[in-house]
Amino acid sequence: MLLEKTQIADTGPEGQEMFVLNLGPQHPATHGVLRVKLTMDGEYILRAEPVPGYIHRMHEKMGENRTYAKFLPNTSRIDYLSAMHYTHAFVGAVERAAGIEVPRRTEYIRVLTSELNRISSHLVWFGAFLLDLGGFTPLLYAFDDREKILDLLEGLCGARLTYCYYRFGGLCNDVDDEFLGGTRAFVSYMRPRLELYRKLVTDNIILRKRLEGIGPIDATLCRKYGATGPVIRGAGVPYDVRRAEPYSVYPELDFEIVRFPETDCMARYRVRMAEIEQSLGILEQALDRLPDGPFQAKVPRVIKLPPGDTCYAVEAARGRFMVRIVSDGQDIPYRVKLRTPSFANLSVFEEATRGMMLPDALAVMGSLDLVIPDIDR
Amino acid sequence: MSVAVDELRGGFLRLLEAHATPPVPVAAESQPPGPAAENVVCQTVDPRARGYNLNVALLPSQVVAAAEFLDAHGFAIDTVTGVDWLAAGQMEVVYDYFHPSERMRVAVRTRVPRSQPELPTISRVFPGANWHERETHEFFGIRFLGHPDLSPLLLPEDADYHPLRKDFPGAA
Repeated sequence: MLLEKTQIADTGPEGQEMFVLNLGPQHPATHGVLRVKLTMDGEYILRAEPVPGYIHRMHEKMGENRTYAKFLPNTSRIDYLSAMHYTHAFVGAVERAAGIEVPRRTEYIRVLTSELNRISSHLVWFGAFLLDLGGFTPLLYAFDDREKILDLLEGLCGARLTYCYYRFGGLCNDVDDEFLGGTRAFVSYMRPRLELYRKLVTDNIILRKRLEGIGPIDATLCRKYGATGPVIRGAGVPYDVRRAEPYSVYPELDFEIVRFPETDCMARYRVRMAEIEQSLGILEQALDRLPDGPFQAKVPRVIKLPPGDTCYAVEAARGRFMVRIVSDGQDIPYRVKLRTPSFANLSVFEEATRGMMLPDALAVMGSLDLVIPDIDR
Repeated sequence: MSVAVDELRGGFLRLLEAHATPPVPVAAESQPPGPAAENVVCQTVDPRARGYNLNVALLPSQVVAAAEFLDAHGFAIDTVTGVDWLAAGQMEVVYDYFHPSERMRVAVRTRVPRSQPELPTISRVFPGANWHERETHEFFGIRFLGHPDLSPLLLPEDADYHPLRKDFPGAA
């Protein structure tokens, strides 16, 4: 066991001995540098207090001392598994405030790349989550499939993870036939793979017993803590920013907001697996409808936004990501607020794991799909 | 429960009226006026242009009542943050809310003097605001009265500086 018994805490009210366990900051189950201070009564958790901040970089201060264009690459490094969505929110906020009309071709390409990114992010989660639960094999399958997406996006913009493909009013470059053909091939490749995942993992009785009924996070808890993404949809609430605050060309595309009412770890698992399928459907539609035309709008060389504040939210792989830009009319933002989904999703953890057994709490943590820089910023 | 933006705005206006502080009696002509009614704003805005539907500016004493009002209407806490208006000697605190089932976003904002940045916590209404307020406290030095634990969340545990204040120099 990698957990370390660090100190003896108080004696409990009935003479039971309680102790404090440190989960992390270096622990495989935390998927990064996150510490959770667990007050334990034997195998049961009395209190789980997350201690984030180990890789805090103060992105928001960086946003206040450089131009909009110079800050753009920062946004892809907040949630490194969901970089397309994050850059989308930032360029979207600037475009909204500056009143830049984005070409339709651009928005379709953004949808294509964002949905590819969502699938690759969910595949990492799938592999890592199963690894947390003790299954090694699915990781190898998931990373094999994810590699195809990384190759496609690398061919498009050069980066494999921290993409900076979107520009204010457009894109870094147009898509080529190799990307379009490759994406179409990926869609037809991925569907049978999902069937394989279902047979190999989802229908597995050991996984079911490990996840069903474990870690209920209901709709009220999500609302009170602002938990979003697959967490709130796993509580039966059809909340998806792509529909709730329509952006880009999502209103023109047909997809289902996947939700499962069971509120447990299995529901959150099912939401993500079904979302991969929905994303494949969106990819197909976007490929069929991709319009011709320019991929870059005319944008002033130096961007200055009118005074006031502007918000832009996107549905990232982990949930609602919102950028709030406050401008005082200069070419440098007065304030950039980054509202990240992992931060709010982790804040539920303490209440959701009270009285739970330790191994189950690790399953809950995995089902939240945390990315630590997304919490620490 | 369906929420219409005009209905919500009406409810907010009634709430703001009920929680209005009595006007500060002006003792001498040289004194600045107390919190005036025009400081309180409740306007609908175009979400396609601004990213929210309702913009509410109110007094620091009204933020808890506003949180309770939005809680009763089924809103979820989105985030809490600050803006340092150094030149004006004020700190702005912005509360963002979203609705899980309606296409509705509300931004509630208030201003506190920079010399004494204090206002009540809303973490009793929305426990999720606990971390957001802790973050706002460590970054701006804004104190949320009644908050259970304002120790630094993302900064080192002994941090006694507030990096997002405009008079705090950035490294770059």
